[in-house]
Amino acid sequence: MADRPIKVLIAKPGLDGHDRGAKVLARGLRDEGFEVIYTGLRQTPEMVVSAALQEDVDVVGLSILSGAHMTLLPRIVAGLRTQGLDDVLVTAGGIIPDADVAALQEAGINRIFGPGTTIGQVAEYIRSNVRKADGE
Amino acid sequence: MSGAGTAPGGDLPGVTATGAERGRVLAERAAGGERLALARLLTEIENRTWAGEAALRMLYPRAGRAHLIGVTGAPGAGKSTLVAALVGEARKGGRAVAVLAVDPSSPITGGAILGDRVRMQSYAADSGVFIRSMAARGHAGGLATTSVAAAAVLDAAGFELVLIETVGTGQSEVEVAAIADTTVVVQAPEMGDEVQAIKAGLLEVADIVVVSKGDRPGAQRAASQLRAMLTVGAREDRAAAGRPRPKRPEVLLVSAVSGEGVVELLAALDRRFDREARAAGGADRPIDAQRLARAEAQLSGVLSERMADRLRDPRRAADLRAAARAVAAHEMDPYTAADRLLESL
Ligand SMILES: Nc1nc2c(ncn2[C@@H]2O[C@H](COP(=O)(O)OP(=O)(O)OP(=O)(O)O)[C@@H](O)[C@H]2O)c(=O)[nH]1
Ligand SMILES: [Mg+2]
Repeated sequence: MADRPIKVLIAKPGLDGHDRGAKVLARGLRDEGFEVIYTGLRQTPEMVVSAALQEDVDVVGLSILSGAHMTLLPRIVAGLRTQGLDDVLVTAGGIIPDADVAALQEAGINRIFGPGTTIGQVAEYIRSNVRKADGE
Repeated sequence: MSGAGTAPGGDLPGVTATGAERGRVLAERAAGGERLALARLLTEIENRTWAGEAALRMLYPRAGRAHLIGVTGAPGAGKSTLVAALVGEARKGGRAVAVLAVDPSSPITGGAILGDRVRMQSYAADSGVFIRSMAARGHAGGLATTSVAAAAVLDAAGFELVLIETVGTGQSEVEVAAIADTTVVVQAPEMGDEVQAIKAGLLEVADIVVVSKGDRPGAQRAASQLRAMLTVGAREDRAAAGRPRPKRPEVLLVSAVSGEGVVELLAALDRRFDREARAAGGADRPIDAQRLARAEAQLSGVLSERMADRLRDPRRAADLRAAARAVAAHEMDPYTAADRLLESL
Protein backbone atom coordinates (compact mmCIF):
# COMPACT_ATOMS: atom_id res chain seq x y z
CA MET A 1 0.00 0.00 0.00
CA ALA A 2 1.30 3.36 -0.96
CA ASP A 3 0.76 5.57 2.05
CA ARG A 4 0.95 3.14 4.94
CA PRO A 5 4.10 3.72 6.98
CA ILE A 6 6.53 0.80 7.20
CA LYS A 7 7.08 -0.43 10.75
CA VAL A 8 10.61 -1.16 11.88
CA LEU A 9 11.78 -2.61 15.18
CA ILE A 10 15.22 -1.38 16.20
CA ALA A 11 16.69 -3.59 18.89
CA LYS A 12 20.05 -3.98 20.53
CA PRO A 13 20.67 -7.57 21.52
CA GLY A 14 23.72 -8.37 23.60
CA LEU A 15 25.32 -6.93 26.66
CA ASP A 16 27.19 -3.86 25.46
CA GLY A 17 25.96 -0.57 26.79
CA HIS A 18 26.13 1.68 23.75
CA ASP A 19 22.98 2.58 21.91
CA ARG A 20 24.00 5.84 20.31
CA GLY A 21 24.23 4.31 16.88
CA ALA A 22 20.90 2.55 17.26
CA LYS A 23 19.25 5.78 18.38
CA VAL A 24 20.70 7.73 15.48
CA LEU A 25 19.37 5.07 13.13
CA ALA A 26 15.95 5.16 14.81
CA ARG A 27 15.75 8.91 14.46
CA GLY A 28 17.00 8.83 10.89
CA LEU A 29 14.43 6.25 9.86
CA ARG A 30 11.70 8.27 11.54
CA ASP A 31 12.77 11.22 9.39
CA GLU A 32 12.53 8.94 6.36
CA GLY A 33 8.87 8.36 7.23
CA PHE A 34 9.12 5.00 8.98
CA GLU A 35 7.39 4.11 12.21
CA VAL A 36 10.23 2.99 14.42
CA ILE A 37 9.70 0.93 17.55
CA TYR A 38 12.73 1.29 19.74
CA THR A 39 13.25 -1.26 22.50
CA GLY A 40 16.54 -0.20 23.97
CA LEU A 41 19.62 -1.95 25.26
CA ARG A 42 20.38 -5.51 26.33
CA GLN A 43 17.60 -7.28 24.53
CA THR A 44 17.43 -11.04 24.78
CA PRO A 45 16.37 -12.93 21.64
CA GLU A 46 13.03 -13.65 23.39
CA MET A 47 12.43 -9.93 23.91
CA VAL A 48 13.20 -9.13 20.29
CA VAL A 49 10.94 -11.89 18.99
CA SER A 50 8.09 -11.00 21.32
CA ALA A 51 8.31 -7.31 20.40
CA ALA A 52 8.42 -8.12 16.68
CA LEU A 53 5.34 -10.29 17.05
CA GLN A 54 3.24 -7.97 19.19
CA GLU A 55 4.14 -4.93 17.12
CA ASP A 56 3.65 -6.82 13.84
CA VAL A 57 6.63 -5.06 12.34
CA ASP A 58 7.71 -5.32 8.73
CA VAL A 59 11.40 -5.11 9.54
CA VAL A 60 13.61 -6.12 12.46
CA GLY A 61 16.83 -4.10 12.54
CA LEU A 62 19.44 -5.47 14.93
CA SER A 63 22.33 -3.39 16.09
CA ILE A 64 25.08 -5.39 17.70
CA LEU A 65 28.48 -4.39 18.97
CA SER A 66 29.15 -7.02 21.60
CA GLY A 67 30.70 -9.64 19.36
CA ALA A 68 27.99 -12.15 20.21
CA HIS A 69 26.35 -11.85 16.80
CA MET A 70 27.10 -15.43 15.73
CA THR A 71 25.03 -16.82 18.59
CA LEU A 72 22.38 -14.13 19.09
CA LEU A 73 21.39 -13.29 15.51
CA PRO A 74 20.62 -16.85 14.37
CA ARG A 75 18.62 -17.40 17.56
CA ILE A 76 16.53 -14.35 16.82
CA VAL A 77 15.84 -15.46 13.24
CA ALA A 78 14.92 -18.94 14.48
CA GLY A 79 12.60 -17.44 17.08
CA LEU A 80 10.87 -15.27 14.49
CA ARG A 81 10.30 -18.29 12.25
CA THR A 82 8.94 -20.35 15.15
CA GLN A 83 6.38 -17.63 15.84
CA GLY A 84 5.28 -17.62 12.22
CA LEU A 85 6.99 -14.35 11.33
CA ASP A 86 8.40 -15.69 8.08
CA ASP A 87 7.99 -12.60 5.97
CA VAL A 88 9.71 -10.13 8.28
CA LEU A 89 12.82 -8.56 6.82
CA VAL A 90 15.79 -8.97 9.18
CA THR A 91 18.79 -6.69 8.94
CA ALA A 92 21.83 -6.26 11.14
CA GLY A 93 24.51 -3.67 11.63
CA GLY A 94 27.18 -2.68 14.08
CA ILE A 95 30.47 -4.50 14.30
CA ILE A 96 30.26 -7.63 12.21
CA PRO A 97 33.44 -8.93 10.54
CA ASP A 98 33.22 -9.64 6.80
CA ALA A 99 34.17 -13.24 7.50
CA ASP A 100 30.88 -13.80 9.36
CA VAL A 101 28.58 -12.22 6.80
CA ALA A 102 28.03 -15.29 4.65
CA ALA A 103 27.21 -17.50 7.63
CA LEU A 104 24.74 -14.97 9.00
CA GLN A 105 23.02 -14.63 5.65
CA GLU A 106 22.86 -18.39 5.52
CA ALA A 107 21.16 -18.27 8.94
CA GLY A 108 18.47 -15.97 7.54
CA ILE A 109 19.66 -12.43 8.12
CA ASN A 110 18.55 -10.69 4.94
CA ARG A 111 21.11 -7.95 4.93
CA ILE A 112 24.14 -6.90 6.92
CA PHE A 113 25.06 -3.24 6.83
CA GLY A 114 28.76 -2.49 7.15
CA PRO A 115 30.31 0.55 8.77
CA GLY A 116 29.72 3.75 6.82
CA THR A 117 26.29 2.75 5.54
CA THR A 118 24.11 5.84 5.37
CA ILE A 119 20.58 6.07 6.71
CA GLY A 120 19.43 6.80 3.19
CA GLN A 121 20.88 3.48 2.04
CA VAL A 122 19.18 1.58 4.86
CA ALA A 123 15.87 3.30 4.09
CA GLU A 124 16.22 2.52 0.41
CA TYR A 125 17.03 -1.12 1.09
CA ILE A 126 14.01 -1.48 3.36
CA ARG A 127 11.64 0.20 0.92
CA SER A 128 12.61 -2.04 -1.92
CA ASN A 129 12.73 -5.30 0.04
CA VAL A 130 9.98 -5.09 2.64
CA ARG A 131 7.19 -7.65 2.38
CA LYS A 132 5.25 -6.65 -0.66
CA ALA A 133 1.93 -8.25 0.09
CA ASP A 134 -0.19 -5.89 2.15
CA GLY A 135 -0.70 -8.02 5.23
CA GLU A 136 -0.30 -11.38 3.46
CA MET B 1 -11.13 2.44 9.26
CA SER B 2 -12.68 1.61 5.93
CA GLY B 3 -12.33 3.93 3.02
CA ALA B 4 -11.80 3.55 -0.66
CA GLY B 5 -8.37 2.38 -1.62
CA THR B 6 -7.48 0.97 1.78
CA ALA B 7 -9.02 -2.42 1.24
CA PRO B 8 -6.74 -5.17 -0.07
CA GLY B 9 -6.42 -4.94 -3.80
CA GLY B 10 -7.69 -1.37 -3.71
CA ASP B 11 -11.30 -2.45 -4.06
CA LEU B 12 -14.13 -0.40 -2.72
CA PRO B 13 -15.57 -1.16 0.69
CA GLY B 14 -18.32 -3.68 0.65
CA VAL B 15 -17.13 -5.50 -2.43
CA THR B 16 -14.02 -7.13 -0.99
CA ALA B 17 -15.05 -10.54 0.14
CA THR B 18 -11.37 -11.23 0.73
CA GLY B 19 -11.07 -8.31 3.13
CA ALA B 20 -14.12 -9.34 5.10
CA GLU B 21 -13.02 -12.96 5.10
CA ARG B 22 -9.56 -12.04 6.34
CA GLY B 23 -11.15 -9.91 9.04
CA ARG B 24 -13.40 -12.77 10.11
CA VAL B 25 -10.51 -15.22 10.38
CA LEU B 26 -8.31 -12.77 12.26
CA ALA B 27 -11.12 -11.89 14.65
CA GLU B 28 -11.83 -15.52 15.47
CA ARG B 29 -8.21 -16.37 16.01
CA ALA B 30 -7.43 -13.25 18.00
CA ALA B 31 -10.43 -13.84 20.27
CA GLY B 32 -9.27 -17.45 20.61
CA GLY B 33 -5.96 -16.30 22.05
CA GLU B 34 -3.63 -16.43 19.03
CA ARG B 35 -1.17 -13.62 19.55
CA LEU B 36 0.03 -13.40 15.97
CA ALA B 37 -3.56 -13.05 14.76
CA LEU B 38 -4.15 -10.37 17.39
CA ALA B 39 -1.06 -8.47 16.26
CA ARG B 40 -2.07 -8.70 12.60
CA LEU B 41 -5.59 -7.62 13.40
CA LEU B 42 -4.28 -4.56 15.24
CA THR B 43 -2.34 -3.70 12.10
CA GLU B 44 -5.53 -3.89 10.06
CA ILE B 45 -7.14 -1.57 12.60
CA GLU B 46 -4.19 0.84 12.42
CA ASN B 47 -4.30 0.80 8.65
CA ARG B 48 -8.04 1.25 8.76
CA THR B 49 -8.70 -1.52 6.29
CA TRP B 50 -11.93 -3.17 5.40
CA ALA B 51 -10.67 -6.37 7.06
CA GLY B 52 -10.11 -4.50 10.30
CA GLU B 53 -13.56 -3.02 10.18
CA ALA B 54 -15.16 -6.36 9.42
CA ALA B 55 -13.33 -7.90 12.38
CA LEU B 56 -14.41 -5.11 14.66
CA ARG B 57 -18.03 -5.56 13.69
CA MET B 58 -17.73 -9.18 14.77
CA LEU B 59 -15.83 -8.52 17.97
CA TYR B 60 -17.72 -5.51 19.23
CA PRO B 61 -20.43 -7.48 21.07
CA ARG B 62 -17.72 -9.38 22.95
CA ALA B 63 -15.95 -6.24 24.10
CA GLY B 64 -17.00 -4.05 27.01
CA ARG B 65 -15.64 -6.20 29.81
CA ALA B 66 -12.18 -4.71 30.19
CA HIS B 67 -11.28 -1.74 32.34
CA LEU B 68 -9.87 0.80 29.88
CA ILE B 69 -7.38 2.99 31.71
CA GLY B 70 -5.90 6.07 30.08
CA VAL B 71 -2.47 7.09 31.37
CA THR B 72 -1.42 10.55 30.30
CA GLY B 73 0.97 13.29 31.39
CA ALA B 74 3.78 15.50 30.15
CA PRO B 75 6.72 14.02 28.22
CA GLY B 76 9.03 12.17 30.60
CA ALA B 77 6.58 12.31 33.52
CA GLY B 78 7.09 8.61 34.15
CA LYS B 79 4.06 7.15 32.36
CA SER B 80 5.70 4.12 30.79
CA THR B 81 7.57 3.19 33.95
CA LEU B 82 4.32 3.47 35.88
CA VAL B 83 2.46 1.38 33.31
CA ALA B 84 5.15 -1.29 33.56
CA ALA B 85 4.82 -1.29 37.35
CA LEU B 86 1.03 -1.61 37.09
CA VAL B 87 1.41 -4.48 34.65
CA GLY B 88 3.69 -6.24 37.13
CA GLU B 89 1.23 -5.74 39.97
CA ALA B 90 -1.75 -6.92 37.93
CA ARG B 91 0.19 -10.00 36.87
CA LYS B 92 0.74 -10.96 40.49
CA GLY B 93 -3.00 -11.46 40.61
CA GLY B 94 -2.90 -13.39 37.35
CA ARG B 95 -4.86 -10.78 35.43
CA ALA B 96 -4.26 -10.48 31.70
CA VAL B 97 -3.08 -6.99 30.81
CA ALA B 98 -2.67 -5.19 27.50
CA VAL B 99 -0.88 -1.92 26.88
CA LEU B 100 -1.47 0.47 24.00
CA ALA B 101 1.29 3.06 23.87
CA VAL B 102 0.42 5.90 21.54
CA ASP B 103 3.04 8.37 20.35
CA PRO B 104 2.71 11.26 17.91
CA SER B 105 3.55 10.96 14.23
CA SER B 106 5.63 13.61 12.52
CA PRO B 107 3.18 15.76 10.61
CA ILE B 108 5.86 16.31 7.99
CA THR B 109 7.29 12.88 7.21
CA GLY B 110 4.56 10.73 8.76
CA GLY B 111 7.29 8.85 10.62
CA ALA B 112 7.36 8.21 14.36
CA ILE B 113 9.58 6.93 17.12
CA LEU B 114 7.71 4.67 19.47
CA GLY B 115 9.92 4.27 22.52
CA ASP B 116 7.60 3.40 25.39
CA ARG B 117 8.36 -0.31 25.11
CA VAL B 118 11.86 0.30 26.42
CA ARG B 119 10.42 0.39 29.94
CA MET B 120 8.20 -2.64 29.48
CA GLN B 121 10.49 -5.28 28.10
CA SER B 122 10.58 -7.58 31.10
CA TYR B 123 7.31 -9.27 30.16
CA ALA B 124 8.56 -10.87 26.92
CA ALA B 125 7.99 -14.42 28.11
CA ASP B 126 4.61 -13.71 29.73
CA SER B 127 1.66 -14.61 27.51
CA GLY B 128 -0.67 -12.72 29.86
CA VAL B 129 0.85 -9.42 28.75
CA PHE B 130 0.48 -7.85 25.32
CA ILE B 131 2.11 -4.54 24.49
CA ARG B 132 1.48 -2.61 21.34
CA SER B 133 2.85 0.74 20.24
CA MET B 134 0.83 2.94 17.95
CA ALA B 135 1.66 6.06 16.03
CA ALA B 136 -1.16 8.59 16.13
CA ARG B 137 -1.01 9.08 12.33
CA GLY B 138 -3.27 12.11 12.45
CA HIS B 139 -6.56 10.82 11.12
CA ALA B 140 -9.75 12.78 10.70
CA GLY B 141 -11.34 10.96 13.62
CA GLY B 142 -8.34 11.71 15.84
CA LEU B 143 -6.99 9.35 18.43
CA ALA B 144 -10.49 8.28 19.25
CA THR B 145 -11.30 6.03 16.33
CA THR B 146 -8.13 3.96 16.02
CA SER B 147 -7.37 3.67 19.72
CA VAL B 148 -10.93 2.83 20.68
CA ALA B 149 -11.01 0.20 17.98
CA ALA B 150 -7.67 -1.24 19.09
CA ALA B 151 -8.78 -1.21 22.72
CA ALA B 152 -12.01 -2.96 21.78
CA VAL B 153 -10.03 -5.69 20.02
CA LEU B 154 -7.80 -6.20 23.08
CA ASP B 155 -10.89 -6.20 25.27
CA ALA B 156 -12.56 -8.84 23.11
CA ALA B 157 -9.33 -10.85 23.17
CA GLY B 158 -9.83 -11.24 26.90
CA PHE B 159 -7.53 -8.68 28.50
CA GLU B 160 -8.98 -7.52 31.80
CA LEU B 161 -7.04 -4.31 31.94
CA VAL B 162 -6.16 -2.23 28.90
CA LEU B 163 -3.72 0.57 29.70
CA ILE B 164 -3.56 3.31 27.08
CA GLU B 165 -0.52 5.57 27.36
CA THR B 166 -0.55 8.92 25.54
CA VAL B 167 1.59 11.99 25.88
CA GLY B 168 -0.41 14.86 27.30
CA THR B 169 0.47 17.78 25.08
CA GLY B 170 -2.87 19.33 24.34
CA GLN B 171 -5.64 17.58 22.55
CA SER B 172 -4.54 14.01 23.12
CA GLU B 173 -5.29 13.85 26.83
CA VAL B 174 -8.80 15.04 26.25
CA GLU B 175 -9.15 12.38 23.61
CA VAL B 176 -7.79 9.64 25.82
CA ALA B 177 -10.11 10.72 28.62
CA ALA B 178 -12.98 10.38 26.20
CA ILE B 179 -12.10 6.80 25.36
CA ALA B 180 -11.08 5.49 28.78
CA ASP B 181 -13.17 4.37 31.74
CA THR B 182 -10.60 5.89 34.05
CA THR B 183 -7.99 8.53 33.33
CA VAL B 184 -4.75 8.66 35.28
CA VAL B 185 -2.72 11.84 34.95
CA VAL B 186 0.93 11.38 35.80
CA GLN B 187 2.75 14.33 37.24
CA ALA B 188 6.47 14.43 38.01
CA PRO B 189 7.35 16.07 41.33
CA GLU B 190 9.64 18.75 39.89
CA MET B 191 8.68 22.23 41.05
CA GLY B 192 6.58 24.35 38.79
CA ASP B 193 5.08 21.39 37.05
CA GLU B 194 1.84 21.44 38.99
CA VAL B 195 1.15 25.01 37.95
CA GLN B 196 1.85 24.08 34.35
CA ALA B 197 -0.42 21.10 34.58
CA ILE B 198 -3.23 23.26 35.82
CA LYS B 199 -2.63 25.81 33.08
CA ALA B 200 -2.63 23.12 30.44
CA GLY B 201 -5.90 21.73 31.71
CA LEU B 202 -4.29 18.35 32.05
CA LEU B 203 -5.60 17.81 35.55
CA GLU B 204 -9.16 18.50 34.47
CA VAL B 205 -9.41 15.14 32.80
CA ALA B 206 -7.95 13.19 35.74
CA ASP B 207 -9.89 10.66 37.77
CA ILE B 208 -6.66 9.84 39.58
CA VAL B 209 -3.56 12.02 39.73
CA VAL B 210 -0.31 10.16 40.28
CA VAL B 211 2.67 12.08 41.53
CA SER B 212 5.40 9.92 40.06
CA LYS B 213 9.02 9.36 41.05
CA GLY B 214 7.95 9.28 44.70
CA ASP B 215 11.47 8.30 45.69
CA ARG B 216 12.75 11.74 44.68
CA PRO B 217 13.16 14.59 47.11
CA GLY B 218 10.18 16.92 47.11
CA ALA B 219 7.74 14.33 45.82
CA GLN B 220 5.81 14.19 49.06
CA ARG B 221 5.48 17.95 49.10
CA ALA B 222 4.38 18.10 45.46
CA ALA B 223 1.64 15.59 46.26
CA SER B 224 0.39 17.65 49.23
CA GLN B 225 0.37 20.82 47.15
CA LEU B 226 -1.58 19.19 44.38
CA ARG B 227 -4.03 17.73 46.86
CA ALA B 228 -4.55 21.17 48.36
CA MET B 229 -5.01 22.83 44.99
CA LEU B 230 -7.47 20.27 43.78
CA THR B 231 -9.53 20.58 46.96
CA VAL B 232 -9.79 24.35 46.48
CA GLY B 233 -11.00 23.73 42.97
CA ALA B 234 -13.61 21.35 44.27
CA ARG B 235 -14.96 23.83 46.83
CA GLU B 236 -15.34 26.60 44.27
CA ASP B 237 -17.11 24.14 42.11
CA ARG B 238 -19.82 23.51 44.67
CA ALA B 239 -20.78 27.18 44.44
CA ALA B 240 -21.04 27.07 40.67
CA ALA B 241 -24.20 25.04 40.45
CA GLY B 242 -25.38 24.00 37.03
CA ARG B 243 -22.03 24.50 35.33
CA PRO B 244 -19.89 21.61 34.13
CA ARG B 245 -18.04 20.43 37.21
CA PRO B 246 -14.42 19.55 37.31
CA LYS B 247 -13.65 16.07 38.58
CA ARG B 248 -12.22 15.63 42.06
CA PRO B 249 -9.35 13.33 41.52
CA GLU B 250 -7.57 11.30 44.15
CA VAL B 251 -3.89 12.19 44.41
CA LEU B 252 -1.53 9.26 44.91
CA LEU B 253 2.20 9.25 45.40
CA VAL B 254 3.91 6.43 43.53
CA SER B 255 7.47 5.39 42.97
CA ALA B 256 7.76 2.95 40.14
CA VAL B 257 11.39 2.44 41.11
CA SER B 258 10.83 1.43 44.75
CA GLY B 259 7.38 0.05 44.09
CA GLU B 260 5.86 2.27 46.75
CA GLY B 261 2.24 3.15 46.05
CA VAL B 262 1.75 0.75 43.15
CA VAL B 263 -0.52 -1.61 45.09
CA GLU B 264 -2.58 1.38 46.24
CA LEU B 265 -2.88 2.69 42.70
CA LEU B 266 -4.15 -0.62 41.38
CA ALA B 267 -6.59 -0.79 44.28
CA ALA B 268 -7.81 2.73 43.51
CA LEU B 269 -8.30 1.76 39.88
CA ASP B 270 -10.22 -1.35 40.86
CA ARG B 271 -12.49 0.63 43.14
CA ARG B 272 -13.50 2.76 40.20
CA PHE B 273 -14.62 -0.16 38.17
CA ASP B 274 -17.35 -2.58 38.93
CA ARG B 275 -15.83 -5.69 37.55
CA GLU B 276 -18.76 -7.94 38.33
CA ALA B 277 -21.21 -5.74 36.50
CA ARG B 278 -18.95 -5.65 33.49
CA ALA B 279 -18.42 -9.38 33.57
CA ALA B 280 -22.15 -9.75 33.01
CA GLY B 281 -21.49 -8.55 29.50
CA GLY B 282 -23.92 -7.89 26.69
CA ALA B 283 -27.03 -5.81 27.28
CA ASP B 284 -26.95 -6.39 31.05
CA ARG B 285 -23.96 -4.12 31.28
CA PRO B 286 -24.74 -0.86 33.04
CA ILE B 287 -24.28 2.15 30.81
CA ASP B 288 -22.72 4.94 32.80
CA ALA B 289 -22.22 8.51 31.68
CA GLN B 290 -18.57 7.84 30.87
CA ARG B 291 -19.45 4.93 28.66
CA LEU B 292 -22.07 6.96 26.85
CA ALA B 293 -19.62 9.81 26.34
CA ARG B 294 -17.13 7.35 24.92
CA ALA B 295 -19.67 5.91 22.53
CA GLU B 296 -20.49 9.43 21.39
CA ALA B 297 -16.84 10.30 20.82
CA GLN B 298 -16.38 7.09 18.94
CA LEU B 299 -19.42 7.60 16.81
CA SER B 300 -18.53 11.15 15.88
CA GLY B 301 -14.97 10.04 15.13
CA VAL B 302 -16.24 7.38 12.74
CA LEU B 303 -18.67 9.85 11.23
CA SER B 304 -15.89 12.34 10.48
CA GLU B 305 -13.84 9.59 8.93
CA ARG B 306 -16.70 8.32 6.85
CA MET B 307 -17.36 11.84 5.67
CA ALA B 308 -13.70 12.49 4.84
CA ASP B 309 -13.50 9.16 3.00
CA ARG B 310 -16.53 9.96 0.92
CA LEU B 311 -15.27 13.39 0.06
CA ARG B 312 -12.00 11.87 -1.03
CA ASP B 313 -13.76 9.39 -3.26
CA PRO B 314 -12.35 9.88 -6.77
CA ARG B 315 -15.86 10.28 -8.15
CA ARG B 316 -16.31 13.30 -5.93
CA ALA B 317 -12.88 14.83 -6.47
CA ALA B 318 -14.14 17.08 -9.25
CA ASP B 319 -16.90 18.52 -7.05
CA LEU B 320 -14.41 19.15 -4.28
CA ARG B 321 -12.00 20.87 -6.64
CA ALA B 322 -14.73 23.00 -8.18
CA ALA B 323 -15.89 24.07 -4.72
CA ALA B 324 -12.34 24.92 -3.65
CA ARG B 325 -11.90 26.99 -6.78
CA ALA B 326 -15.12 28.88 -6.14
CA VAL B 327 -14.02 29.61 -2.57
CA ALA B 328 -10.54 30.67 -3.70
CA ALA B 329 -12.09 33.07 -6.19
CA HIS B 330 -14.40 34.37 -3.46
CA GLU B 331 -17.38 33.46 -5.60
CA MET B 332 -18.67 31.34 -2.78
CA ASP B 333 -18.01 31.40 0.94
CA PRO B 334 -16.54 28.25 2.52
CA TYR B 335 -19.65 27.64 4.64
CA THR B 336 -22.02 27.51 1.70
CA ALA B 337 -19.54 25.39 -0.23
CA ALA B 338 -19.21 22.92 2.65
CA ASP B 339 -22.98 22.72 3.09
CA ARG B 340 -23.47 21.97 -0.60
CA LEU B 341 -20.82 19.26 -0.54
CA LEU B 342 -22.41 17.68 2.53
CA GLU B 343 -25.82 17.73 0.91
CA SER B 344 -24.44 15.96 -2.13
CA LEU B 345 -23.05 13.06 -0.07
N1 LIG C 1 13.60 8.16 40.37
C1 LIG C 1 12.62 7.74 39.59
N2 LIG C 1 12.70 7.94 38.26
C2 LIG C 1 11.68 7.51 37.49
C3 LIG C 1 10.53 6.87 38.03
N3 LIG C 1 9.69 6.59 37.02
C4 LIG C 1 10.29 7.02 35.90
N4 LIG C 1 11.48 7.57 36.16
C5 LIG C 1 12.43 8.12 35.18
O1 LIG C 1 11.83 9.15 34.45
C6 LIG C 1 12.24 9.12 33.07
C7 LIG C 1 11.05 9.06 32.17
O2 LIG C 1 10.33 7.88 32.41
P1 LIG C 1 9.28 7.28 31.38
O3 LIG C 1 8.53 6.21 32.10
O4 LIG C 1 9.91 6.93 30.11
O5 LIG C 1 8.36 8.56 31.17
P2 LIG C 1 7.20 8.76 30.10
O6 LIG C 1 6.23 9.69 30.71
O7 LIG C 1 6.66 7.45 29.65
O8 LIG C 1 7.96 9.46 28.92
P3 LIG C 1 7.44 9.73 27.41
O9 LIG C 1 6.66 8.52 26.98
O10 LIG C 1 8.69 9.91 26.65
O11 LIG C 1 6.61 10.96 27.47
C8 LIG C 1 13.14 7.91 32.96
O12 LIG C 1 14.47 8.33 33.01
C9 LIG C 1 12.78 7.07 34.15
O13 LIG C 1 13.86 6.27 34.59
C10 LIG C 1 10.49 6.67 39.46
O14 LIG C 1 9.54 6.13 40.03
N5 LIG C 1 11.55 7.15 40.18
MG1 LIG D 1 6.43 6.70 27.69
